[in-house]
Amino acid sequence: MPRILTGNRLETGDVLYWNGSDWSLSIRDAVAIGDEGEELVARLTAEERINDPVLIEAEPSSQGWRPRTTRERVRAFGPSVRADLGRPDISVESI
Amino acid sequence: MYRYDQYDQAIVDARVAEFKEQVGRRLRNEITEDEFKPLRLMNGLYLQLHAYMLRVAVPYGTLSGVQMRMLAHIARKYDRDYGHFTTRQNIQYNWIKLEQFSDLLDDLSKVEMHAFQTSGNCIRNISSDQFAGAAADELADPRPYAELLRQWSTLHPEFSFLPRKFKIAVIASETDRAAIQLHDIGLQLRKDESGALGFRVYVGGGMGRTPIIGQVVREFIPVGQFMSYSEAILRVYNRYGRRDNIYKARIKILVNELGIVEFTRQVEAEWALLEPLGLDAPKAEYDRIIAQFAEPTYDLAAPDTLDLSDPDFAAWVSQNVHAHKQPGYAIATISLKPKAGIPGDASSAQMDVIADLAKKYAQDEIRVTHSQNLVLAHVRKADLYAVWQALDAADLATPNLDLVTDIIVCPGMDYCTLANARSIPIAQKIAAKFENDIEQQRDLGELKIKVSGCINGCGHHHAGHIGILGVDKKGEEAYQLLLGGSGAEDASLAKILGPGFDAEGIVGAVDKLIAFYRSARTNPSERFLDTYRRLGAAPFKEAVYG
Repeated sequence: MPRILTGNRLETGDVLYWNGSDWSLSIRDAVAIGDEGEELVARLTAEERINDPVLIEAEPSSQGWRPRTTRERVRAFGPSVRADLGRPDISVESI
Repeated sequence: MYRYDQYDQAIVDARVAEFKEQVGRRLRNEITEDEFKPLRLMNGLYLQLHAYMLRVAVPYGTLSGVQMRMLAHIARKYDRDYGHFTTRQNIQYNWIKLEQFSDLLDDLSKVEMHAFQTSGNCIRNISSDQFAGAAADELADPRPYAELLRQWSTLHPEFSFLPRKFKIAVIASETDRAAIQLHDIGLQLRKDESGALGFRVYVGGGMGRTPIIGQVVREFIPVGQFMSYSEAILRVYNRYGRRDNIYKARIKILVNELGIVEFTRQVEAEWALLEPLGLDAPKAEYDRIIAQFAEPTYDLAAPDTLDLSDPDFAAWVSQNVHAHKQPGYAIATISLKPKAGIPGDASSAQMDVIADLAKKYAQDEIRVTHSQNLVLAHVRKADLYAVWQALDAADLATPNLDLVTDIIVCPGMDYCTLANARSIPIAQKIAAKFENDIEQQRDLGELKIKVSGCINGCGHHHAGHIGILGVDKKGEEAYQLLLGGSGAEDASLAKILGPGFDAEGIVGAVDKLIAFYRSARTNPSERFLDTYRRLGAAPFKEAVYG
């Protein structure tokens, strides 16, 4: 399964996804990470600006990336019980 | 209620200044996250699934209207316009930004509030009876003693790095509304033969991974010596509690491994050394604090009758209002379990409404309950209808206290990094089956459902008449079903009934349990828990699994 890179912004705690050159608030912007993933995580960890950078498994779908685990889907889309607080571009129904 | 003196405020101000500096150093990258994490946790700041989560301490669950208004302000200014009242009588915010945190702490400290010791291996927020000072059945207000413990435990240098977290609850009634037997220390105020006040001391209770009911370590310790006795318990725990295994580090494990007789012997030996040192607060300090919890000035002419001609009001009074020790007054519980709501959540606007009502009708005081509801403890019966109308207009008058829809729920995997499964949707699906029929709920009577999203048990599933525990089953959310728990004076631990379910299955299983209970109870006043205790698990298991 493809892997994408996620973490939380230090200043805000926001959930972020790596888009190939920068961070995005939307999982739709994520790019698949290849063998360079571990090195990227190590560099980001050392830079100390993104908390808990980690590679997660996700598969592409018509709605964009769909993380393998429910936990990561909740992170990406927002609380399943508060659709009003979720990402405006993604339905919580997809959790 | 207690107001800070210059020492209390100085402690908070110093700690806030210290943590603001630590936040600044982290934001400037002068310290690493590994270095910062234990510091932020000791100040109540977690990193959860979506953002930072802040847990603000509400000592023994008592708030002033001014403090509630500040909590509303924090929800509006720093969060997403709501807060979540917890099973520890605290409040949590789910969308906090570290870069705004210093301003937030300043705002909190303006109303004598803070967030430290709401995490970490220290003595956590002292909890108590939400009806304290108002209950018709209490010996005395337990909160002065909880306040003494708060002061004693605040930044206690010896107990800031315990083997694991430590929770203390204090009550003063035979009715246990604070689950004292499921705390590390549970203190129950009572009188000896001479009429002197003291505490029965329970130790080693707890939920979580290894649920255990506390045992009595001392039947009576005079109130003047309970602090040094508590210190002796903490000293034994701090010295011998396990630090090699986080899952075996709570005091309940130590008590269990030593046995209550040997544990008691060690505590008594320690106390024999400690007691002569004068660690207990002098009488003047007791008197000073007790004076701050003086009874309100009651309206002695307040009528002791209620006009119950409005059936909706009558239903609310019947379910959510309790007897007050003062004739003409009542205790009103505000349900935070509305239809299709999230248990424990309140919007900033609702918090403002409650603060206004407290100021106008309830001695400017609000209580948080461990069942994630709020209480106005001193309301004139003559004002109760106006209070109800205002609550109803704010969607705060659901008449479901202790009924099937008054479900305790942890945040679960919708918010929490520790969770293995979502808990809020399960509670909502169960509640949805009953919430449009209050008569059916009332017919079912007291029925406490408690849902946790992981084994840590913040949703108190082991104390539920029906407990539900979310687990991870090969990457999928699954739910275990437990029966027979109680956090009240008849404390018991719920036991797993059988194989687990998926999200739909657990809701159906609860349905079957309730249907069986209705058919099996001897009369409508026999509670679900009573029927379970009378019949045992077998017929309930048969009803669910066939």
